[in-house]
Amino acid sequence: MSHTPHRLEVQNADIGYGDKTVLHDLTFHVPHGARVAVVGPNGAGKSTLFKALVGLLPVQKGRILIHGLPLNAHKDCVAYIPQREEVDWRFPVTVNDVVMMGRFDHQGWFKRPSRNDKLIVERSLSQMGVADLSRRSISDLSGGQQQRVFLARALAQEPHILLMDEPFTGVDVTTQEATLNLLDDLRAAQVTAMISTHDLNLASSKFDLMLLLNHRLIAFGKPDEVMKQVNLANAFGSHLTVLLDGSVVVDNCCPPESN
Amino acid sequence: MSWIIRPLLYEFMQRGLLASVIVGILCAVMGTYVVLRGMAFLGDALAHAILPGVAIAYLLHGNLLIGAIVAAVIIALSIGLFSKQGTVKEDTAIGILFAAALALGVALISTMQTYAVDLSHILFGNVLGVSSLDLWLTSGLGLLILLTIFLLYKPFLIISFDPVLAATLRLPTELLRNLMLVLLALTVVVSLQTVGVGLAAAMLVTPAATAYLLTRRLAPMMILSATLGALSSIFGLYLSYYLNIVSGSAIVLTATTFFLLAFLWKRLQSLPSKRR
Repeated sequence: MSHTPHRLEVQNADIGYGDKTVLHDLTFHVPHGARVAVVGPNGAGKSTLFKALVGLLPVQKGRILIHGLPLNAHKDCVAYIPQREEVDWRFPVTVNDVVMMGRFDHQGWFKRPSRNDKLIVERSLSQMGVADLSRRSISDLSGGQQQRVFLARALAQEPHILLMDEPFTGVDVTTQEATLNLLDDLRAAQVTAMISTHDLNLASSKFDLMLLLNHRLIAFGKPDEVMKQVNLANAFGSHLTVLLDGSVVVDNCCPPESN
Repeated sequence: MSWIIRPLLYEFMQRGLLASVIVGILCAVMGTYVVLRGMAFLGDALAHAILPGVAIAYLLHGNLLIGAIVAAVIIALSIGLFSKQGTVKEDTAIGILFAAALALGVALISTMQTYAVDLSHILFGNVLGVSSLDLWLTSGLGLLILLTIFLLYKPFLIISFDPVLAATLRLPTELLRNLMLVLLALTVVVSLQTVGVGLAAAMLVTPAATAYLLTRRLAPMMILSATLGALSSIFGLYLSYYLNIVSGSAIVLTATTFFLLAFLWKRLQSLPSKRR
């Protein structure tokens, strides 16, 4: 191959549940180590995109390549941090147990955790500021702490690509900061990060690239290229208000819960 | 102390006690996944669905356990088949199959001359009728199931707690889920002899639910659940011997008592500090 393959390539992909297609004809390339904000109105298909990237949803048409190879060719190179509602917080596991699950692929099915696994788990826990909680049951934690535990698990996975679904929604300031700090560390480690968010300000100020979705790709590029009135109008439609001085307000607050 | 020894002077009581303890432990360990994954209805259904297999084995003078195993596997596969294309919801498919199997089982048993006695043995177990062969089958199957659960502890934990992680790790989730279904069916079959089809679900759910109230990690939950299952079997069998009541009922009621005590303790503990 003459060129270095992009780390993540989506080519003409249709993605959806069963017969229903949620995302149509999606094509984009994320370069190695980039930090991408995935934005769009509720129900635009942000979670759907992530589920397909993880391999939870089949691609109906087109393809997704990581390092130039199809999804199934990889083991454990994508880490996914689910929305908090998707997790059973009453399950009898401790913080340490959850983070250790991230080391599963390095241990195999039957082996016990090695010294190295334990070291990595400890390091991930302290990096996310939850080391002192390691023996606590996950049901005892606050929402922000729970999210940091899952961030720690993603770190322990040592992924090449990290996907986070709405990590900035409904968490405390400490957790938001911890998440942003983690993103800086990940950039240093050349990990590609894709994060869905409702916060357009955050997306345009803290990310290299923005991916604007509404059942199809509206715009993809640097924030100043994406944050244009025409793009936002295409994505958000009636939720968009243009003020007299030319600034734009997106009414994206408190959307109804969907899928 | 002679009251402890006295029942054990009978060989059938020794076999019965051994079988009950094995079943108590087995159900309790498998039960942790039943409780955590919300499979209680499925467990109950499997237990009832075994009835026709047992009845046919009985009519043909074959081994009841083997009849039960065949029936359980057929039913587990049919539930998968009916709900696969999404034509019928899974719990609806379970409901239909389990009622039909129960009706077929009762119909078959009603053709027997000793109808009432046989039916009650199959429905509620007959610990005292455990033969040496039954005991060997029970122990063998029990060991196999426990070994599988032990070896697959990590993947079972991951698919139960976080199916999304399981998918990103490319675990064969479908295979593991089906394996769990087969293990559940075999557990129910093994419990047939001691608590019967009517009460097998209770042995799956009650000790595990008790342990869930008192522990906060999976492995300790399994160990405590197994201990409670074994104790319920022992206490229950002695109760049944001295009070002359059906052993299956005595075992299940003992397990229920443990649950109520744990529930009360948990409630009392959380009362003063309003912490959840």
